[in-house]
Amino acid sequence: MCLAVPGRVESIRGEDPLTRAAKVSFGGALKEVNLAFVPEAEVGDYVLVHVGCALARIDPEEAERIFQLLEDLEEPATEDHA
Amino acid sequence: MKYVDEYREKRPAQRLAEEIARSVTRPWTIMEVCGGQTHAIVKNGLDQLLPPEITLVHGPGCPVCVTPVELIDKAIAIASRPEAILCSFGDMLRVPGSSRDLFAAKSSGADVRIVYSPLVALQVARDNPGREVVFFAVGFETTAPANALAVYQARNEKLSNFSLLVSHVLVPPAMEAILSSPGNRVQGFLAAGHVCTVMGASEYELIASRHQVPIVITGFEPVDILAGILMCVRQLESRCSRVENQYSRVVRQEGNPRAQEIIREVFRVTDRKWRGIGEIPRSGLGLSDEYAEFDAERRFNLGDTSVEESAECLSGLVLQGLKKPSECPAFGTRCTPEHPLGATMVSSEGACAAYYRYRR
Repeated sequence: MCLAVPGRVESIRGEDPLTRAAKVSFGGALKEVNLAFVPEAEVGDYVLVHVGCALARIDPEEAERIFQLLEDLEEPATEDHA
Repeated sequence: MKYVDEYREKRPAQRLAEEIARSVTRPWTIMEVCGGQTHAIVKNGLDQLLPPEITLVHGPGCPVCVTPVELIDKAIAIASRPEAILCSFGDMLRVPGSSRDLFAAKSSGADVRIVYSPLVALQVARDNPGREVVFFAVGFETTAPANALAVYQARNEKLSNFSLLVSHVLVPPAMEAILSSPGNRVQGFLAAGHVCTVMGASEYELIASRHQVPIVITGFEPVDILAGILMCVRQLESRCSRVENQYSRVVRQEGNPRAQEIIREVFRVTDRKWRGIGEIPRSGLGLSDEYAEFDAERRFNLGDTSVEESAECLSGLVLQGLKKPSECPAFGTRCTPEHPLGATMVSSEGACAAYYRYRR
């Protein structure tokens, strides 16, 4: 029910802050998405979409954080074997 | 798909599971709040990757499951009127009311339409000026902004044939209720990442300090969930009780201020009954006085009713993390997704349906 899916903003239309909308690509499938809650979204950004509305812009740097953490975990493990 | 596929890869998931096993020294019980997380855990067998010390219990975060049977009956009553079009998310249609479900009402001629967004229901209202269009507004804080936006736009457009049947619930009061229950065994939480996308972290900081429990705001993919469990286990092992944010690519500390603003504009906090659990004070949203004309319960003058539920169904205990679905005597025999006794067997996010589907 709280399912929300990331997609890429392909185009934006409209000026009115309540009805401004984007065409968002979900792995190639395009859907119209309301941008009222994410006015900072620009073409090329990834946004998190729930029931037709974008709820957040996805932060690419934060998205890397978990994989960075995993790399940090690998290092001491390698030393143990040395 | 970017931001999905990389979080489903095996190697990082296995690495995180190993790290959890390395970090744990004693038994811990952790609740994932959201039904979407429950589904991901059972579907991907994440619980089976964990060391035996970690017990995951499944929380009440399935709006379909906790919508009271009386509201389902009201939706059916509205849908059965010739002038009405009832629009709903698809997973509400099979939830049993006291005598039948919305799907049965649809088969016998009621105009019930499945929509993926309240904004689509709003368009149905624009396209059908001679009909009363009602959107069945269920959900947690994640869904509230979109539902509020639909009503706000309807008022702006002076659209008089659109209304909401509201059954909105809030996560923090349910977590408080679970922690305050005498039988509580939850020692740490994975908080629902998409609820926090809207609401931010501050409500959870109060709960973490009041009840001395770690709360990790967690995403929905396997790598997210295992990372959330690892963060929670590390806090438990070091006797910490902070709010941490695993899902930082999406969740900001303050949440989404614009989404919160429209929730405050359109809704007010109310007491709400949770199916299987009972009434929890200040645990839901209803339309504020200023938007009362968009309240379908008032518009259709639906009185309050009370329905007794199947005594055999343990869904209330399952939703509070007190029982596992497989501990219910009716599970998989008298209660199946085709013939559910309770809503946790209906919704794909209900714990019972997830256990049944993935054969636990």
